[in-house]
Amino acid sequence: MNESKSILLVGVGGQGTILASKLLTYGLLESGYDVKMSEIHGMSQRGGSVSTQIRFGDKVYAPTIGYAEADLLVSFEEMETYRWLEYLKPTGKVILNNYRLPSAPILAGSADYPEGIIPEINEKVDATVLDATKIAKDLGNPKATNVVLLGALIKTMGLMDMDWESIIKANVKPQYVEGNIKALYKGMELM
Amino acid sequence: MKKLMTGNEAVARGVFEAGIKYAAAYPGTPSTEILENIAGNYKEDIVSEWAPNEKVALESTIGFSIVGGRAFASMKQVGMNVAADPMFSVAYTGINGGLVIVTADEPGIHSSQTEQDNRYYAKAAKIPMFEPSDSQECKDMIKEAIEVSEMFKMPVIFRMTTRICHSKGIVSLGEREEVEVKEYKKNIWQYTTMPAVSKKLRVELEEKLVNVKKYSNKSKFNIEEINDTKIGVVTSGISYQYAKETFGDSASYFKVGFSYPLPIDRIKEFSNKVDKLYVIEEIEPYMEEQLKANGIECIGREKLTNIGELSVAILKSAFLNIEEDKIKTNKEKIVPRPPALCAGCPHRPVFYELQKRKDIVVSGDIGCYGLGAVPPLSAVDTIICMGTSISGGHGMAKAFETYGIQKKAVSVIGDSTFFHSGMTGLLDVVYNKSKTVTVILDNRITGMTGHQDHPGTGYNAIGEEAPEANIELIVKALGIKHVKSLNPFDMEDLNKTLEWALNLEEPSVIISRWPCALKKMSKSDINEFGDYFTKFEIDKDKCIGCRMCTKCGCPAIRFDKETNKASIDDTMCLGCSTCAQICPKDAIHEVKNNK
Repeated sequence: MNESKSILLVGVGGQGTILASKLLTYGLLESGYDVKMSEIHGMSQRGGSVSTQIRFGDKVYAPTIGYAEADLLVSFEEMETYRWLEYLKPTGKVILNNYRLPSAPILAGSADYPEGIIPEINEKVDATVLDATKIAKDLGNPKATNVVLLGALIKTMGLMDMDWESIIKANVKPQYVEGNIKALYKGMELM
Repeated sequence: MKKLMTGNEAVARGVFEAGIKYAAAYPGTPSTEILENIAGNYKEDIVSEWAPNEKVALESTIGFSIVGGRAFASMKQVGMNVAADPMFSVAYTGINGGLVIVTADEPGIHSSQTEQDNRYYAKAAKIPMFEPSDSQECKDMIKEAIEVSEMFKMPVIFRMTTRICHSKGIVSLGEREEVEVKEYKKNIWQYTTMPAVSKKLRVELEEKLVNVKKYSNKSKFNIEEINDTKIGVVTSGISYQYAKETFGDSASYFKVGFSYPLPIDRIKEFSNKVDKLYVIEEIEPYMEEQLKANGIECIGREKLTNIGELSVAILKSAFLNIEEDKIKTNKEKIVPRPPALCAGCPHRPVFYELQKRKDIVVSGDIGCYGLGAVPPLSAVDTIICMGTSISGGHGMAKAFETYGIQKKAVSVIGDSTFFHSGMTGLLDVVYNKSKTVTVILDNRITGMTGHQDHPGTGYNAIGEEAPEANIELIVKALGIKHVKSLNPFDMEDLNKTLEWALNLEEPSVIISRWPCALKKMSKSDINEFGDYFTKFEIDKDKCIGCRMCTKCGCPAIRFDKETNKASIDDTMCLGCSTCAQICPKDAIHEVKNNK
């Protein structure tokens, strides 16, 4: 009944999930799709778990993604992948950045970072594990992790033909344009 | 031209296109970005203002409207409680230039105190109401709302919810319509609310509503959509999108976009066309109650809860018995990411010093500093609503005095919240003589909602310089004799000042003055506070692993259980020195040669 596709991007406040989502929605919009995007504001700047939800198709109604509804889960942080896994369709795909950002209770020594997440996810669903943060660092800008992951996502979705360079130019500060374009192509190469 | 816009951006665009000339608001999630967008994008055409509170915002738009201009006010749902007084009255007097009032409700309580359903305000105050279901409607309905307002000479409520405010959808942009100011004619039988006048206006209001009801039954935003007629769904706002996604063409819909007064006649007609009628709405059964009262058989609360947000999954489960197969995960594996005061937050030392004292009750308030209530700081006892820190603290102090309890009340309030609702409470403290200590956390900005200026920052909503309200002079003028301003990062002074204040036999105010760690510093901030960013590090040899530094709850402090040593994340540390002042072994010091 519903032909719309649902993509969930998750991470930790400050990782750039929102910018990546924004760039993706502009690309989808230019491809002629109906697009909706939803995010929860509030305390995300303060190191909380963040998610942006993107839905596209001929006609999209709900702007949000519920349990077992996402076709793709792109995660910027290891544990966040696991937190949001229930939102993925059992047949859905995961793109996972194997980067750990310990949360406050872990940093304060009152909890441990969970082990064995990646093998468990690999066992349960079709997952691609990337070292996007290292790749971005090697390109000279660790903050471009989000765009590396966006590149990987775009390739997975088969949207490489869009004019992503113009979209980046229109939405990123001039000094970061070149680095982000490089990061995007590098991300595409990974898939 | 088409653009992807949040509901808030689309409302701002609607305000622009509708020829509205004046917009006022107080920041509050999820409504904040409406005025930010108006002030940011349309300041040439619209006078945009941050008001000290929602009541003032609404009252100033009422004044603008009465003398003939088109005006707009926006607020979060609890903000409407603050603005309710003028709102109920302006329903009686009516308006001259169009007046639209946004309430942004929060099903799911993402960033609020309550999950109240403000649609009942429209019914209680007898004010026409619109409810958009996506960004395009946000824009279109604002334009219709201003027309309806002028058509019936009534204010109009525009009810949004978090998902409408913060979700993006495609919007077709239009042009701005310029509208002449309307003639204002003095008429005390219209624009005053003396009892004799109100008795007359009360009758007129009911007469107006008869016509508004007729409009509701004809409104282009009350839309019947006939598909398969086995199931009919009456719905509004975001719930319409969830319902469409759930039932698709296998149901017919009546989408209510103008929801006070409800288009009962048309809903009745619709109900006759379908076999079974569902009412799908978030939070309270606002529509369902009215349908049932009008003899329309329907099913709603029998299947849905009135707590929290709806979703497609909830509707599928409730109406179609479909439970999606979830990927199973072990919840115990997942460590939470609770919000914490930022590294370098000037509130931290204040809460750290307060939590050491056991002979006080801390009356807190609304803002980031609510986080002073949670571990490890755990300093704050109560949080009720904007301003209650001071007036509630007054009541606590009175109780301690009345019952002979050896405790003191300490009220903790932010700068923006003080201007919003703190000043009258402090006047009460002085007038009715309670011995409270009020700590004003003056971080030079409205922090929680993402840094909006207020009367104390020296700038206005469009970034122009503005007269800077002086908190010290204000509290003195209110009658507080004992006032001290301090830098909270000088913890010895902070501690001494708290001790001084707690031992006074009269009320006192301590102004803790330091900018929010995330604030983009203004020129005057830099003059006053300097460019103070440095970094601190922990000397591994001196660290004994006592974890005292972690007690201040700074997200930059790490503790390694294996080595039993603390460390500081140099990408997060802003050099506030709080942890260094807490460390009993003097193991934390500034990193040299680090700018």
